[in-house]
Formats: sequence, C-alpha cells, structure tokens
Amino acid sequence: MTTITMRRIEAKFSQKPDNSMSNGSASKVMEVRNLDAYYGNFRAITDVNMPMRRNAVTAIIGPSGCGKSTLVRCLNRMHELSAGGRIEGQILFDGEDINAPEVDPVELRSRIGMVFQKPNPFPKSIYNNIAFGLKINGFRGNMAEAVEGSLRKAALWDEVKDRLKDSALSLSGGQQQRLCIARAIAIEPEVILMDEPCSALDPIATLAIEDLIRELKEQYSIVIVTHNMQQAARVSDETAFLMVGEDRSGYLVEFDSTEKMFTNPSHEQTEAYITGRFS
Amino acid sequence: MAFLFLCAVLSVVTTAGIVVVLLAEAIPFFTHVNIFDFLTGTEWRPLFANKSFGALPLLSATAMIALMAMAVAFPIGLLTSIYLSEYAPSWIRETVKPALEVLAGIPTVVYGFFVISFIAPTIVRPIFHSETIFTALGASLAMGIMLIPMVASLSEDAMRAVPNGLREGAYALGANRFQVSVKVVVPAALSGIVAAGLLALARAIGETMIVTIAAGGIPNLSGNPLEPMQAMTAYIMEVASGDTARGTVEYQSIFAIGMLLFIFTLGLNLIARWFIGKFREEYE
Repeated sequence: MTTITMRRIEAKFSQKPDNSMSNGSASKVMEVRNLDAYYGNFRAITDVNMPMRRNAVTAIIGPSGCGKSTLVRCLNRMHELSAGGRIEGQILFDGEDINAPEVDPVELRSRIGMVFQKPNPFPKSIYNNIAFGLKINGFRGNMAEAVEGSLRKAALWDEVKDRLKDSALSLSGGQQQRLCIARAIAIEPEVILMDEPCSALDPIATLAIEDLIRELKEQYSIVIVTHNMQQAARVSDETAFLMVGEDRSGYLVEFDSTEKMFTNPSHEQTEAYITGRFS
Repeated sequence: MAFLFLCAVLSVVTTAGIVVVLLAEAIPFFTHVNIFDFLTGTEWRPLFANKSFGALPLLSATAMIALMAMAVAFPIGLLTSIYLSEYAPSWIRETVKPALEVLAGIPTVVYGFFVISFIAPTIVRPIFHSETIFTALGASLAMGIMLIPMVASLSEDAMRAVPNGLREGAYALGANRFQVSVKVVVPAALSGIVAAGLLALARAIGETMIVTIAAGGIPNLSGNPLEPMQAMTAYIMEVASGDTARGTVEYQSIFAIGMLLFIFTLGLNLIARWFIGKFREEYE
C-alpha cells in the first residue's frame, strides 16, 4: 500500500510542471497508438491512434457498434475484465505504457476514474458511496471533509447535505450520475473517462452534467464517449470520430479540434455523420 | 385447465390438512398437559410410569444441533459461493454447481451412517474424547456438511443477481477482486444470503434421519455437545415407529412436538421470504 501511495504521490507531483506549461496541444495526458481491441477472436476496434490532451475534454463519437465504449474501456484496463477482452498496440499514460507488465491495473484505475452509461451507485448510503473509494485507496485524512469536497465539486452537495445517510438509490437518475462523478473524483484521479454518461438521463439532468464537465476540466482531463453530437460540440475541445468497417470492426476516421470537426471536417464521412445523413 | 387448477389446489389443501391433523391431536394433548409446563419443563419422560412432558430437553437439543450445523455450513457455504460467483472461471462454476446440487441430493440416512461409521469414531471420539459415538456434535458436523450445498447454491444465486455495473463501478475506483467481492457484492446480496442461511436453518431444525441415527436418542437437557441427545424430530420418529397406542397422551405428544416444529420452520421460512422480497426491490 505504501509503495502504491508513494507512486501516486510521485505521479501527482510529476504532473504539476506539465500542467503549468500546458499551452495547447503540447501536453498529452494519454495517447493511443496502433490500438486493436479484441473480444476473443472478434476485433472490435482496429488501429486507432489518438492523443488526449491534459485539462481538456476529448469526445469520442460515432454510430452504434463502432467500438467507442470498447476504446474508452481500454484506457483504464477495464476491457480486460470482459470475456475474452485483450488488446494489441500501446496506450501511454504520462508517457508510460499502461499495459507494461509492472503496471498494476488496480492502482492504474485509481488514477484513471470512470463514469458509466447507467448510473451505478452502490446500494449504500450517499456518504458511503464516496467513502468507499477513499477507504480502499488507503485515505487517512478527514473523511467527512473529503466527502463534502467531492460532493461540492460534483455540484451535488446542496441537494444531499441533509440526507447523507440516505440510500444512494433514493436519488434521481441525474443525481445518481453526479454522485458517481463525485465518487470518481473523490480519489483524485488525473483522468476521468465517461462512457455515455447522459444516455439514461433527461435533458435537464444532461445539461447539469455538461456544465459539470466544463468545470471539471480545470482540474482533470476528461474523455467522454457520446452518441449525441450536440453534446460533443457543447462540451469537448477535441473530437475523435469512429466508424464501423466492413468487418464490423471500428476504426478512427478523423481526430481534430472539435471546432474544426464540426465546421470544416476533413472527411466526407465525418460531414455526413455530423450533419445527420446517417446514424 | 380445471385439472391444472386441481393440481395447484392439491398442495394448498394438503398443507391445510396437515395443520388440521396436527391441531386435532395436539389440542387433546394440551387438555392433559399444561402448555406452560410443556414449554418450560426440563424433564421429558413420556414412556415411563411417572410421565413428564417438559419439552426443553428436546428443544435445546434441536437448537444446539441446528446452530452448530449452521456454524459449519454458513461460513463454508458463503466462502464457496463467493469463490464460485466472483473468482471461479466459468468452466469451474459450471462443473461445481451441478456437483453441489448432487451433494444436496444425498439421502440424509446416508449422512446418518456416515456419522456413526466415520465422523464419530475417527474425528469426534479421538479428538474430543467423547464417551460414546452418539453425540450432538457428530450429528451437527454431518448436518453442517449436508447444508453446505444449500447455503452455497442459494447465496451464489443472490450474488449472481447483483448487477455487473456495481462490480465495474468498484473496479473503476481501484478496488481489487477481494474488495469488490467482500465490500460490494456480498453487502448488495446480503438479504439473499441471510435468506439462504434461514432456509438452511429451517432445514436443520426439521432434519430427522441424521439426528435419529447419530445423536443418541436420549432426552437430555445439557449444554455439552459431546453427550447423546434427542432432537424433536428424533422423538417423533421414535414414537411414530414404536408400539405406542393411538389416543394415549404419549401418542398425542408427537403432534404437540410436531406443531412446535411446524411453527418454527414456518416462521423461519416466512422471515426468509421477507428477506428475499426485500432483496428483489433493491435495484429497481
């Protein structure tokens, strides 16, 4: 535990200089190189190359079945928990290969948080949903303060401060999803992966989450998968567009700044998708 | 349609019939024996000249044997279910689970003989120096082994019903497999696990052959598990298979004991069902 904590502290400190000199595209928090992801013999994504900029929101868009979720699940090594899940290629995080043999996936996941499509709070109290991640990561500070801090950052504190002992399942869907975001940021990751975080939410809850994403990028780097192109345009700085190939495997069509992607895409397919000619 | 309905009604009618028969013989029993003396008396001598119908020796034997059996079955069954649900690769789960269900199907009379031919002479007597091979402990151990598959299988069902999203949520926070199992999956499945324990306890209380064969058959109010004892079911077995005349008080006494057993197991089953129902609501 001590070595893990040490490594995390080192990682957090080594990140600081990068932060201060981030001036646009220079600082990459993660980078995907020649990535193929498989489920058994089925290749779900083929040869994806893309960077993820620090303190930016990177959106991954594309039609159903193009491997968006698979791609994002490779980034914190959740993909390998799926039946037959394995990858080829490289994923760099702070310049190091996350699939190198000396990397512990459990420790990695405490530095790269994740929010899922369907809100999945634990059937515990609101307070314990946040405290869980802190406890398993060996947090020794003031728990109540840490819980309050994360709930504030997730813009949920005012709604739940009087009912922290209530079950998390008593919250609305949008509140549950913000609780899941609070839970993820409580352990202070560097990157937060979001896999269609608004797909189960109504429009008002969706806007609340989008506002939150824009605030969170001050402190975290965010990768968001979405099938909602307006959402990608609203929240992201850079966008990757994936398509499904003839062999049902997803591939990267285009990666660029969101502004360029939505005003002047380089590929005809991107334009067709963005303007809604197919989905 | 009508035939199917009759089939469904049959089990309800049978249950009602059993209650009626139990009551029909138990009520006259309580005209001879004060119900308070029955529940608190410490001497059970139904077949001697100076009869005494204090059920505590039988109750305590049943409670002690059932609880010791649960002390064996619950932890082992729970750990087995955690392994099967959270750790085992699917081919092991698919082999072990049917095997467990076969184990659950072994006739209990076989377990009874297993106690007196193996557990008692080679484990209980050498280690604990009991005076006889017929002990409450020997019966409990066999009953515990018998109940492991039931606890394991029902708990595993409860854990498999925990949505995968909860496991993923915990893994994504940097939890390892042990933390996911023990701190997320087990608490989420807790009401199902408790229900599994209660159903197994009800089964232990109602279990007859093991205690009849292996526990000794002497009504004995004692806290020492190395002594022979007679459980409630074993007493019913003894009288029902003996030459006691119908209509006598000692004949009626087995219905009073049966009624008591019925109330216990019904109560436990109802509590277990309440727990299972609670657990179904949890994620919706």
